[in-house]
Parts: sequence; C-alpha cells; structure tokens
Amino acid sequence: MSTFIHAMNAPTENPDIHSSHTTGFFTDSTLCIGCKACEVACKEWNDVPEDGLNWSGYSYDNTGSLSFSTWRHVKFVEGEIKPGDGGNSGNHLSWEFSSDVCKHCEVAGCLEACPTGALVRTEFGSVFLQPDVCNGCGYCTVNCPFGVVQRNEDDGRAFKCTFCTDRQKVGLEPACATACPTKSIMFGNLEELREHAQSRLSDLHGKGMKDAQIYDPKDTSVKGLHAFFLVRGDPRMYNLPPKPEVPIVYQKDAWRSAVIGSGAFLLAALIAFTGSRHSSRSQRKVSARRSRA
Amino acid sequence: MSTWPSESQKQRQPTATSEARLHELRSQAERKGRVEHVGVHPEGAPFPRASVETGYYGIPLLKQPPWTWEIPLYFAVGGAAGAAAVIAALADWIADDDKLAQDARWIAVGGAALSSVLLISDLGRPKRFLGMLRVFKLQSPMSVGAWTLTAFGSAAGAATFAKLLRSRYDWLPIRIVGEISQGMAALLGLPLHNYTGVLIGASAVPVWNKNVKTLPVHFGMSGLQAGVSVLELMGNENAALNWLGILASAFESWEGFNIESDSNRVLTPLKRGRSGFLTRAGGVLSGPTPLLLRLAAVFSKNSDSLRKLAACCGIAGSVLTRYAWMSAGRASTKDWRLPLEVEDKRPQEKPLPARMVEAVREPRRA
Repeated sequence: MSTFIHAMNAPTENPDIHSSHTTGFFTDSTLCIGCKACEVACKEWNDVPEDGLNWSGYSYDNTGSLSFSTWRHVKFVEGEIKPGDGGNSGNHLSWEFSSDVCKHCEVAGCLEACPTGALVRTEFGSVFLQPDVCNGCGYCTVNCPFGVVQRNEDDGRAFKCTFCTDRQKVGLEPACATACPTKSIMFGNLEELREHAQSRLSDLHGKGMKDAQIYDPKDTSVKGLHAFFLVRGDPRMYNLPPKPEVPIVYQKDAWRSAVIGSGAFLLAALIAFTGSRHSSRSQRKVSARRSRA
Repeated sequence: MSTWPSESQKQRQPTATSEARLHELRSQAERKGRVEHVGVHPEGAPFPRASVETGYYGIPLLKQPPWTWEIPLYFAVGGAAGAAAVIAALADWIADDDKLAQDARWIAVGGAALSSVLLISDLGRPKRFLGMLRVFKLQSPMSVGAWTLTAFGSAAGAATFAKLLRSRYDWLPIRIVGEISQGMAALLGLPLHNYTGVLIGASAVPVWNKNVKTLPVHFGMSGLQAGVSVLELMGNENAALNWLGILASAFESWEGFNIESDSNRVLTPLKRGRSGFLTRAGGVLSGPTPLLLRLAAVFSKNSDSLRKLAACCGIAGSVLTRYAWMSAGRASTKDWRLPLEVEDKRPQEKPLPARMVEAVREPRRA
C-alpha cells in the first residue's frame, strides 16, 4: 500500500536519461532585441499555424502569451524608469525583451498528468508531446504551472514547444536558437549553460546591472527548468511565477480525502441499510399480521 | 480590430485645413521640442506598465480549463452512477430491497454509458477515448479515472445483465457472475463517485488546489445526493435513502459554510461574479434546502412528497455545483495575481475594456 501511495505522488523516473546528454535553453533577456526572429523561425520550421497579426496594445507584444500556436513568445516589458537605467526624462520607459518558451521542467506537471502517455521525456531531457498519441483530454493544460500547453479547439489536441527534437536528433540546434541574431537564446548542454549563466550574471553585476537575476526555480517541486532565463528586475514582470508547483504535490491530500469520503459513504450506507432492513422486516410483519387478521 | 486604411481614409484629399494642421504640428515641435496633442489615441490607453504590482500587463499566466459543458455534467452523472452501484449492492445484500437494487443497477449502468458518451463528446472522436486505455498511470488522476470508469461500466453492465438473465434462467454460474460483478461495481463505484474531486483538486488552478482537501469528499457527497435523489424520484421509499440524503446534504451545508466563512482571496471566484452565483445557488440547493426537507420528512406524515421535493433540489444542486466549480476554475485562472503572488489592490484600478481583454486573452483560431 505504501509503495502504491508513493507511486501516486512520486514523479516519473527516467533512469535512461544521462545528464551529460541533457540539453537546455538559456534565454538571456539582456541580449534580446525583440526582433521576433525566434517566433518566425519556430513557426516556419514546425509549421505552427499563424495566430493573427493583431497588436495586443501592450508594447510590441502580439499574442500576449504562449499558446497552442505560439511556441516562442517575445515579451515586451515596459517598466518604470529606475536610477541608473539611463534616459533623462520622466516620460521614458525601461524596455526589456524576453523570449518565452516551454520551460521543459525537471519535474513536469503536464507529463505527470497526461493519461495517454503522449507527453514523454526525450533522450535530451526535454518534455515532448507526441501529437499522434494525444487524445485531446486537456488535462495537461490545467496542470502546467506556467500556462504553456494549450488545447487547439479546432483540432482537439494540445500543442506546445517540441524543443525541436527532430533537429536535435540530427545534431542541429533548435530553430529559435539558430535564428537568434544576438545569442540571446543559447542552446547547449544544460550543465554548461548553467555555468555560463552564472558567469554572465556575475559579469552583469560587475558592470553595475545589479537587478539582473536568473530565473530557475530549483527550490520548488518543479526542481529546475531546462529552459531558464536571465531577466532584469522582478521575474513577475515577465509573468514568471515565484513559486511554481507541480500539481502532483497535491495528490496525497486529494486521494486521502477521496478515501475518507468513500469510507464515510460506505459506513453510513451499511448502517442505513442495516437499519432499513429491520424496519422493513417489522413493517412486513405488521402488514402480514394485518392481512392475517 | 479596425481595418486600415478605412473607407474615409481612402477617399481623403489634402486640403488647406489638413496642411495647416501639419504646419501647426511642425512649429509646435520646433518651439517646444515635443508635440502636446494626442496623435494616436488607442483604445484602452493609457496602457498599464509591467511592474511588480501589475505583473505582465495583467495578462493571465495560467491557461483556462478547456473543458466544454459535457465535463461538469459528467462529474454529476458519473458521481451518481458510482454512488448508485454501492447502493445497489447494499440494497440487494443487506436490505433485501429488490426494486431499489434493480433501479440502482440501472442508474449505475445507464450513468456509466452516459458518462462515456459525454467524455467522448468532449474529446471529439470515439477513437480518442481508447487513447486513455493505452497506459495506466497512477500519477494521473485522469488515467486512474478513465480506467475506473471503463472497469465500472463493464462490471455494472455485467451485474445488470446477469440479473436480467436470472429472472429467466436461475443457474448457479449466472448467479455467481452476477454477485461478483455487483461487488466489483460497488467497489469501483467508490472511487468513481469522488475521484473527480481529485482530478480537479490536484491541478495548477488556484481555487481548485486550494480546496484539494475537501473537494473529493464534496464531489462524492454531491454524487451520492444525486444518486439517492434519482432513486427516490423513481419511486423508492426506503428510509435508508433519506438518511444517506441527510448525510450528503449535511456535508454540503458544512462545505458551503466553510467556503463562505473563509476569507482567503483565492476563494473569491466561489463568492463573486457568475461563478459565485452558481456556487451559492448550487450550495443552497444541495445543502440546507434538502437537509431541512429530509429532516422534516423523517417526522412528517407527508414524507413522500417532501422527499421528492428534496430530491429535485438535490439533483439540480449537484449539477449546478459541478458547473459552479468549473466556472470558478476559469475565473481563478484569469486572476493573474494569484500565481504571481501579487497583492490585490483592485479598488483603485479601472478594468480594461472588454474588447481589449478578449483580444489578448482568448486563443485565436487559425
């Protein structure tokens, strides 16, 4: 029983995946120029449907968020000016760009929730949604703490970033990283990227950019991201949640409640029906006596 | 979105007025270094800036639950079917109430069939349901639930069929198969009647996972209430049904009281707006109303009509409650402050025009 409960709460283990093969994205927003080449490259390579050339009204942002048809999304963060940001007028803004993508979590909510096994961990450590297996139940969308994966209502199935697994298999970099003109999107071995990110961070801090920080929540149940970010200021301005949790952490409480509820129902039903048996017997006796009389 | 150029723009010719306006702008720019008149005034301006207080322009981080009307209805139907299977077995084995057992068996098998239809309708194609049976994953409540429903449907179907056969051929093998499948259906009915609470409780939706400790019991009791109510409307007067109804409606009253007395802001969708109205309507219909009616029925001479009234309320309440939770889940994912842990300072803030919000938040169809 305890192993059963453990299996319900433990994330899927991947003994065949070696950290030396694990690849990742390091998106450095201080290098991003907001050109959206990554969005275009992603759409062209992966044949992702267009999502309309509408302006959201929020700076130069088109789509507002990642979606089934937006696997790379450049955020345009217009913020209040702070001392040291440059500019000489109160009307100026700070303007940061950051290319968002599926985080390919170390422990992925979508993957754990998927009932069909369509969402799998690849040999590169990324989370891959097999479109031919997905049956469109939509449960992954409510289990992603970053709001990445989404169901396409026209098609019925869910879609998200593939990490260009097809390109990686033949030794190529993902389309977005290949197209990025400033190396804001860096692709490579995850451990090496993490080391590089640290040196980049200390470099920026040394240059006085004290508000730069790395967003890679390792201290929550997500246990770290395979696509992590360097941002300036509070990550919440980039819609990056401070404490993302994988929903399997709620399962212990949920199943315990289900067992308690079932037990209460069963016990109450046993008592009620045992009681009704006596009363119906006595009623039957009464009616039998009446019919005899 | 407006089209550009507009019809009036296409037909426009430069005039003395328009040229004078351009000169005016130029001289103003020369004199002051900037132009004070509003050039383009986009709808919804001034736009919020991204900040710790406003998040990323207030665009929701989480995705909305994508489920259509079939799923909340399935929660109610599946819950009633699961509870009915348990009632069927106990009514047969303990209470010797043949009509009740038979009706409950029909609700179980009919509910399981209707559940499958509803789920397939949400998935779009019948074949997609088979995808659920590719693997069995303990980590996924959806997988556990799909397997439970499939096994439950088979067991409930076998139990009903065996009982039908027994009315003609009372052979021992048929009797054994009937009793075993009836037991299996009851055993599987227990998780079926409340796993949907686990399904939505263990998710990233704030209002759902905040209530993860009570949602499974809540959904189970709601299913029990619906099952009992349907059985009563089918003409069963067994007193045990009323007592089970009292248990369910008492729990639902307690759950409603808990929600109302908890001022945590995550629970706001359960109290305000459309989802708040649905939650309260569902709560009143499945909590205090049937509770009082059923308690009155225990002592009243006119207990039958009181119980039927309670049953009608209970069914409506059970269905409404499921829609309320789905609606609350949608409202909860729209609240971008929750996952970002930003304090709610809404009174000072003007809401964005609805069109602007729709343009950003709704997924565009290709």
